Amino acid sequence: MSAALLTAKDLSRTYGSRRGLFGVITKVRAVNRVSFSIAAGETLGIVGESGSGKSTMGRMALGLEPPDEGEVRFIGQPIPASGTPAWRTQRARMQMIYQDPLGALDRRLPVTAQVQEPLDIHQLGDSANRPQRAQEMLARVGLSVEQMGRYPHELSGGQRQRVVLARALMTRPDFLVCDEPVSALDVSIQAQVVNLLVELQAEFGLAMLFISHDLRVVRQVSNRVAVMYLGDFVEEGDADDLFAEPLHPYTRALVSAAPVTQRMPGHQRLVLKGEPPNPANRPGGCSFHPRCPFAVERCRAETPALVSVDQGSGRRVACHLIEPSASTLRKAA
Amino acid sequence: MATTTQLSLSGLTVSFDGVTVLHGIDLAIGKGEALGLVGESGSGKSVTWLAALGLLPGKARVSGSARLDGIELVGARPETLDKVRGGRVAMIFQDPTSALNPVLKVGTQIGEALSLHRGLSGGAIKAEAKRLFDLVGIPDAERRLSAYPHEFSGGQNQRVMIAMALAGEPDILVADEPTTALDVTIQAQILDLINAVRREMGMALVLISHDLGVIAETCDRVAVMYAGRIVEEAPAAQLFAAPRHPYAQGLLHSLPPLGGARRKLVSIPGVVPDPRSLPKGCAFAPRCTEMSDACLAATPALRSIEMGRRLACVLEPQSASQRQFEAA
Repeated sequence: MSAALLTAKDLSRTYGSRRGLFGVITKVRAVNRVSFSIAAGETLGIVGESGSGKSTMGRMALGLEPPDEGEVRFIGQPIPASGTPAWRTQRARMQMIYQDPLGALDRRLPVTAQVQEPLDIHQLGDSANRPQRAQEMLARVGLSVEQMGRYPHELSGGQRQRVVLARALMTRPDFLVCDEPVSALDVSIQAQVVNLLVELQAEFGLAMLFISHDLRVVRQVSNRVAVMYLGDFVEEGDADDLFAEPLHPYTRALVSAAPVTQRMPGHQRLVLKGEPPNPANRPGGCSFHPRCPFAVERCRAETPALVSVDQGSGRRVACHLIEPSASTLRKAA
Repeated sequence: MATTTQLSLSGLTVSFDGVTVLHGIDLAIGKGEALGLVGESGSGKSVTWLAALGLLPGKARVSGSARLDGIELVGARPETLDKVRGGRVAMIFQDPTSALNPVLKVGTQIGEALSLHRGLSGGAIKAEAKRLFDLVGIPDAERRLSAYPHEFSGGQNQRVMIAMALAGEPDILVADEPTTALDVTIQAQILDLINAVRREMGMALVLISHDLGVIAETCDRVAVMYAGRIVEEAPAAQLFAAPRHPYAQGLLHSLPPLGGARRKLVSIPGVVPDPRSLPKGCAFAPRCTEMSDACLAATPALRSIEMGRRLACVLEPQSASQRQFEAA
């Protein structure tokens, strides 16, 4: 294990939500005591359904949103409060990529000017060289010279996401948070951008927090993967292992629900009953128990902790039915 | 194929403001069959069905033919189309929440379809609506009929839409990206539901999706579309095991695998062409790794290459399948 670049300890975030005009404010716990660490050059993938708290966690990792409890440390130091000069300086080293590149770009500026902006803001390098550096980065992400002079609306979705990537990399960050970066793209273009991300990650030694609902894409780019359900990590482990042998019943359902083009004969899909529960009305005990086909009495009463089940692979699971020992790394049911 | 053809499209062509977006679609769907339509955005997979059902805006120029059991739908009178739409052919869309009327109770909206297409009234509507809600798996149907769309989740609203689509007891259900806006565990539930009601009611299904996995798990036969044309059509198992068109091959290879060794994804270079300036010859040629001079000379026609398989590519089918073999 190399030293952690970013560590999050017991992160929690609660929002207030009011039902109706005169309703009582109810607390919605979006992220619930989540801890993780990311080493330099490593990618942690986060999967989960809508409302599971993936995006809130990404925002907290960057300090865009303060955690209510817990702490994020970047290279051993706590992240300064958002908006302060110290935070701004640090932001050069950590960048964010969103799903919608058109929303992330300024429609009134040619893309080269936008890619150059981070250098101007952070006063990096000689100002005379900046346009050239912007063009080099755009060429690296695969834009032609002719496309560099265009405005965002004159580019395709995939090209825009390339521009956003180029802009994020201008300050040579150590850490990148990608929130559903390829979800809006067509399959063939998605493959181009995923390949580019993997290349750039190796080339720039980037650490990434990669958030997506698409298991295939997450597996393709991640070293480790964490599965979120209602603000909790329910399982975490090596990307290949986790998808090859998911342990938590929710992970198993997710993997088995992912549509495949060639179904193995005899394969039984594990289709979950019921709707994802409302985060404002968390079930007691294990928050997954109302939908879990294997739930027992204990699951209703007691919240399972995320515990290591296999020291070697670093797999952690939060489920009463999984025995925490390497020899019984078998599915409980 | 033993099934009798229920709906057949021939030479269906659509243009908007002089720009042709659909270039002569020939496609047939048999009774009770599940047909999948895959392609990326702008490939014309939705426009095909909107045109066949007369749902495109007035500025669209539609030519060719769409025949449902011998009745011509292209250019048909509104009264004819009103009987077909919702009655014989029902359609569900990607975003159920915006397809429902937010200020009407869902029971009222289903009742509308029942009285329009089935001539039911009063208590019969209520009873039938409740039966449909039970069928699509909405718990506590009686009470939920008097709820508004915003009181349902996205997955439940899609169930409501399916119940409404089934209200007219259609022969064909056209589902346009029905699960794209839903979470993966809910998507699995909705696909199971669509499969179950299709079997129960002997209904044909046209599933439009960009998701190859969703198509593979649901459909008997698949047509792959690119730039307003069908480029390959085959039984689902054959298409996913051995695609012949370089575009279909590229699409399948761009999908990251869920198991096994990780490899660099084989992506299709370039972007989908603008319909206003399609390349000469085969529209896929500029992105195709197998391009030759013959590809630029003329648009390859969709021709039958074996029983149940059609391909629009100048490459010999054998060489295409060999290539697939070598790549694997």
